[in-house]
Amino acid sequence: MRLTRLALALLPIALLLGAPWARAIAPTQMPTPALEARYERLIHGFRCMQCQDESLANSPVSLAADMRRQIRQMLLAGDTDRQIRKFFVSRYGYFILFKPPFVWKTAWLWLTPGILLLVGAVAAGVVIHRRTLLVQSDHEEPDPRDGLTRTQERGR
Amino acid sequence: MIPELGEFALILALLLAGLQALFGIGGPALRRERWVAAVNPAVAGQFVMVATSMGCLVTAFVQNNFTVRYVAENSNSQLPLFYRVAGVWGAHSGSLLLWIFLLGCWTVATAFGTARLPKQFSARVLGVLGAISFGFLLYTLLTSNPFIRLTTPWADGLGLNPLLQDPGLAGHPPMLYTGYVGLSVAFAFACAALLEGKLDREWARWTRPWTTAAWAFLTCGIVLGSWWAYYTLGWGGFWFWDPVENASFMPWLMATALIHSLAVTEKRGLFKSWTVLLAVLGFSLSLIGTFLVRSGILISVHSFAVSPGRGVFLLTFLVVMIGAALSLYAWRVPHLKSEAGFELTARESFLLFNNILLVTACGTVFAGEMAPIISLALGLGKLSVGPPYFNPTFLISMLPLLALLAVGIHARWKRGGLGGQGRTLLLTLAAAALVGCVTAIVIFHGRGVLAPVGMTLGTWIIFSSLIDPIERLRRRIAIPRAVLGMTIAHIALGIFVFSMTAVQGFTAERDVALANGASARAGGYTFQFEGVGPLHGRDYGGSIAKVVVTRDGRAVAVMHPATRMYWVQHTVTTKSAVLFHDGSNILVALGQNLGDGRWSLRLQVRPLVSFIWIAALIMAFGGLLAITDRRYRIEQARAQETVAALAGGKT
Repeated sequence: MRLTRLALALLPIALLLGAPWARAIAPTQMPTPALEARYERLIHGFRCMQCQDESLANSPVSLAADMRRQIRQMLLAGDTDRQIRKFFVSRYGYFILFKPPFVWKTAWLWLTPGILLLVGAVAAGVVIHRRTLLVQSDHEEPDPRDGLTRTQERGR
Repeated sequence: MIPELGEFALILALLLAGLQALFGIGGPALRRERWVAAVNPAVAGQFVMVATSMGCLVTAFVQNNFTVRYVAENSNSQLPLFYRVAGVWGAHSGSLLLWIFLLGCWTVATAFGTARLPKQFSARVLGVLGAISFGFLLYTLLTSNPFIRLTTPWADGLGLNPLLQDPGLAGHPPMLYTGYVGLSVAFAFACAALLEGKLDREWARWTRPWTTAAWAFLTCGIVLGSWWAYYTLGWGGFWFWDPVENASFMPWLMATALIHSLAVTEKRGLFKSWTVLLAVLGFSLSLIGTFLVRSGILISVHSFAVSPGRGVFLLTFLVVMIGAALSLYAWRVPHLKSEAGFELTARESFLLFNNILLVTACGTVFAGEMAPIISLALGLGKLSVGPPYFNPTFLISMLPLLALLAVGIHARWKRGGLGGQGRTLLLTLAAAALVGCVTAIVIFHGRGVLAPVGMTLGTWIIFSSLIDPIERLRRRIAIPRAVLGMTIAHIALGIFVFSMTAVQGFTAERDVALANGASARAGGYTFQFEGVGPLHGRDYGGSIAKVVVTRDGRAVAVMHPATRMYWVQHTVTTKSAVLFHDGSNILVALGQNLGDGRWSLRLQVRPLVSFIWIAALIMAFGGLLAITDRRYRIEQARAQETVAALAGGKT
């Protein structure tokens, strides 16, 4: 009895969790190859709002199917990619875009690789400059293969 | 009875880990030889207790003991024995126990491996490992005890997550954790050296094999995960930049940097403080990886356990552990100066660039990983960071890295120069450019610049890596295992880059709706759909399709993609049919019944994709081969002689 109730309670959760594992395989026909390519690019760039970490292209849930239909209609109506993106961002926020926008609060994210490379380049320049000066007056550490004698000396 | 025994053993292990840390770190500091002598027994005792505990949990799973909550939640009497055992690490608590068990294995291995090194040093290494183990044991006992009983036992368990019922994923966590945990050995070596205040080339030589081993396991673990995701999730990619994938990739990047930096420290006694810092960072990232995955802070496919309380503990542990290591570092770093120099074109410079680029790549991934959290804090709302961010930013540091690799492996130490290989190198570049461009443009009909560039770089690395072995063969000079291992790993990287470029650039992917007997084309292959039949499994049912694949009128294979409905969990999973043919990987996934006899199918043809995983495995093999190099063993034998000589001198 208790078990049946538990199973019943868990069922919707299981269904909810289970749903995203199945994949949407949704054949579509766009009138021209150019539109088809744009459609593919767009649905791969949007996140499914109902599942975890899947694009609209892969999501099997009905919300995603509705959104795909919406994109198809907007494309057929002659909307640009930009307009379609704007439409979805205004409804669902930046979360829907797999590509983070470049606004001032996300600028740090896009600039990080460049800044890191710059810092690295400066550091490399300083290190190499210092080391090239040392090459002339080089006191190399003795090779650890001679460790026997060194350790013995330290031992005394 | 058995679960209680397991819990009891875990508590004893906690006490012994505490003693191990106390004796190992305190003994040398307070000059108490008895404490130092007691470290190894503590290690042995702790391992026996942890193994007992692990054994008890496995037994509970094998015996279908559904009075234990964790077993009931993650297993089922219908489950085959193999997956009942794999169920042990199917969720949070058990994977933590696995973590601790593997740490125990590494610790025992370290105890044997460092037995010939100075006693104080060995004790310190084991002491640090004890402290890590103590933290994780405490964490397990306080927040995630897998042995807790249910007040009312369930008649049957909920079953293992169907996604995890796969040989690839059953092996993925142990492998990945072996790598994660292995980095704690490198960390312990670094801490021991800092505690001792002595960090020299000998230290680097001792540390290298351990780091390389951890790196190799980490590589294998990531490969298994990627392979699993490829054919189970059926999304048709080998890498998604999923937060959890990134969590395992960041320590890998750090470990790769560490391996190369250790090479400089061993050879020239340079970059000491940097090497130590990398060891600390690599371990921190593996802890952060555990934290990120297990706290559920990142919503992703893998975060099965959503438990903020556990996250807070792990974060505290992280701060204490890393804080202690970094303070130690700050205290000792002024003593780590070295006066050796090198020229701009020397091997040292190239390895310096290698490190900077790898750390940059790691930092880039880290930024992308943290962006959703930071964005929430900034009040920007939720943010997703996906491949459109990671792919280009990652390339920025990877492209120069690959080019520098091809040149750098020929650079000489200290004085620099290519040792007369400059011309050969240019020739290999020309040959590689020819191969790359012909493959990309003529064979695959590719457009754009990235594909030829990627293929050229991959080929160049292979050719360039072959120069030295061919030269040695011709002159009949033996190749040391370490050099051979490095060469193999670099060639594997070349293969990896080449095939990854092919996959990224030339994948054919189509979703089609097919009626019985109809066919569709993708990537040069023809797929004829021949209907769907019912599927009867042990704990699932579903549909299985028959698809006949042909190329140019010749039969290639019959493929059977399926969808499975798991009765116990009411979960539907796709079981894509995967086929390896002429270097290409063909994937057919079954969708749903569209009515009037038509089914939706996804057809994918990915050229060379299998070589991505093969190459990564070869890379790991190269690492393991390098560990068996004679000089690591000779060094140990010498150290033993030293100790013997010292002991002889005293008496």
